[in-house]
Amino acid sequence: MSKRVGLEASHAAAEAARMADIDVTAAYPITPQTHIPERLAEMVANGELEAAYIPVESEHSALSACLGSAAVGARTFTATAGQGLELMHEVVYVASSMRYPIVMVVANRALSAPLSVWGDHSDAMAVRDTGWIQVFCQNNQEAFDLTVWAFRVGEDPKVLFPVMVHFDGFSLSHVTEPVILPEQEEVDRFLPKFRYPFALNPDHPMTHGAFGPPDIYSETKVAQEIALRKSKAVILQGWQEFGDIFGRYYEPVESYKTDGARLLVLTMGSFSETAKAAVDIKKSSGESVGLINLRLWRPFPFKELRQAVKGAETLVVFDRCISFGGPGGPVCSEVRSALYGEKKRPAVVSFVGGMGGRDMSVEDFEYVIDRGREVAEKGSPELFETVGIRGEVTGIRG
Amino acid sequence: MAKKKLKAASELTWKDLEIGNIVKEAGSASARRTGDWRTQRPILDKKKCIKCALCWLNCPDVAIKPPDKEGYYVADLDYCKGCGICAEICPVDAITMVEEEEK
Repeated sequence: MSKRVGLEASHAAAEAARMADIDVTAAYPITPQTHIPERLAEMVANGELEAAYIPVESEHSALSACLGSAAVGARTFTATAGQGLELMHEVVYVASSMRYPIVMVVANRALSAPLSVWGDHSDAMAVRDTGWIQVFCQNNQEAFDLTVWAFRVGEDPKVLFPVMVHFDGFSLSHVTEPVILPEQEEVDRFLPKFRYPFALNPDHPMTHGAFGPPDIYSETKVAQEIALRKSKAVILQGWQEFGDIFGRYYEPVESYKTDGARLLVLTMGSFSETAKAAVDIKKSSGESVGLINLRLWRPFPFKELRQAVKGAETLVVFDRCISFGGPGGPVCSEVRSALYGEKKRPAVVSFVGGMGGRDMSVEDFEYVIDRGREVAEKGSPELFETVGIRGEVTGIRG
Repeated sequence: MAKKKLKAASELTWKDLEIGNIVKEAGSASARRTGDWRTQRPILDKKKCIKCALCWLNCPDVAIKPPDKEGYYVADLDYCKGCGICAEICPVDAITMVEEEEK
């Protein structure tokens, strides 16, 4: 029997790594991810988890150690946040380009300066082009579920890509929610043993990480790009199989009360649940609104997104990150691009808020809906709207 | 190791690449002339050479061949990168580095 327990997202992720029976973890503690390596260290020390726990001196070393363990075919897990993800940045590209299916949980955190340990999506957006599969969790159950799922998808011989599982620092990482933990037998049924086809072995030497001069580098990048896009089929299949075993089905783009809705709000991560509450209030007073929760960030779910928003007049995209000097929030830019070629498409309004741990209340999302509708109807000289900023915001112009 | 015929990198399409660009066979560099960008080549003066093998031991790229029938150590110019370590290490100055010239 599965059991329902109170867990913060960090411990849910650590529990998922334990039930996935990881072989190796190398991680460096950083707020707000600290509880994950802490819990894993405890599990290894207590004998609850038979794995190598490699203490390292930095995040750059953490992911580098993970490259090595993945290269010999070990199931490999790490976790980081904010500055830590930035410090490992160059290795992030190496992991995906060498096709090592490492699973990394990121407890999303703002980036310095000013120094902030609190949550937003700046760290995730800084690695959006690194070639990892990226998903965003809405709650602690998803933190558990998507971490288990990440091994299944990343390690699939048709995929072989690393997977980043994002959840919001503090608002999920440190908040206790009820989480349903499955039986070990169910996890084993969902997640086959990792059989890496190119494991380094002295008896069968081969070369990993050969260099790529100009006459071959471009071909390697195109091959990587096409492989990442093809992984979508396994991503969907993985979610289907997950649902069949555990009873919870996930989609790349989740639609909440969108049927016939004229205005849709699009969010990623834990704020989606807050925005749903705002949608409920607005709906109860007769407004035609709904919510899109974008779960799969890379590879970007173009088809599903277009389908989800095709009936709407207005799409308000909420970002927890500024793309400095750019066209709007980074999620909004992608969404606009995805819809640009459509004959019938909603007016897209970009909102930025909830940065560096600034809370977004239900009332804040009600404002986003009201102001978003107004901007869609009347226009605005600003390239994006802000919410919760003291002082009138003008000057975000092209 | 026998030298195999391999396609030049410039003949490969993106579909020909292994996942992660892994090279599944060991020693595949032997099938390529990896020293073709050398700017200097080592010339051995056999009159001075004392067959001490220091050049052979110190070559960082294993580009000096095992002793020939007469016991001399000669660079394999398919792989030698022209770094000059052999000339530097030679105790009797039997190796001279000379400029490669366009042919």
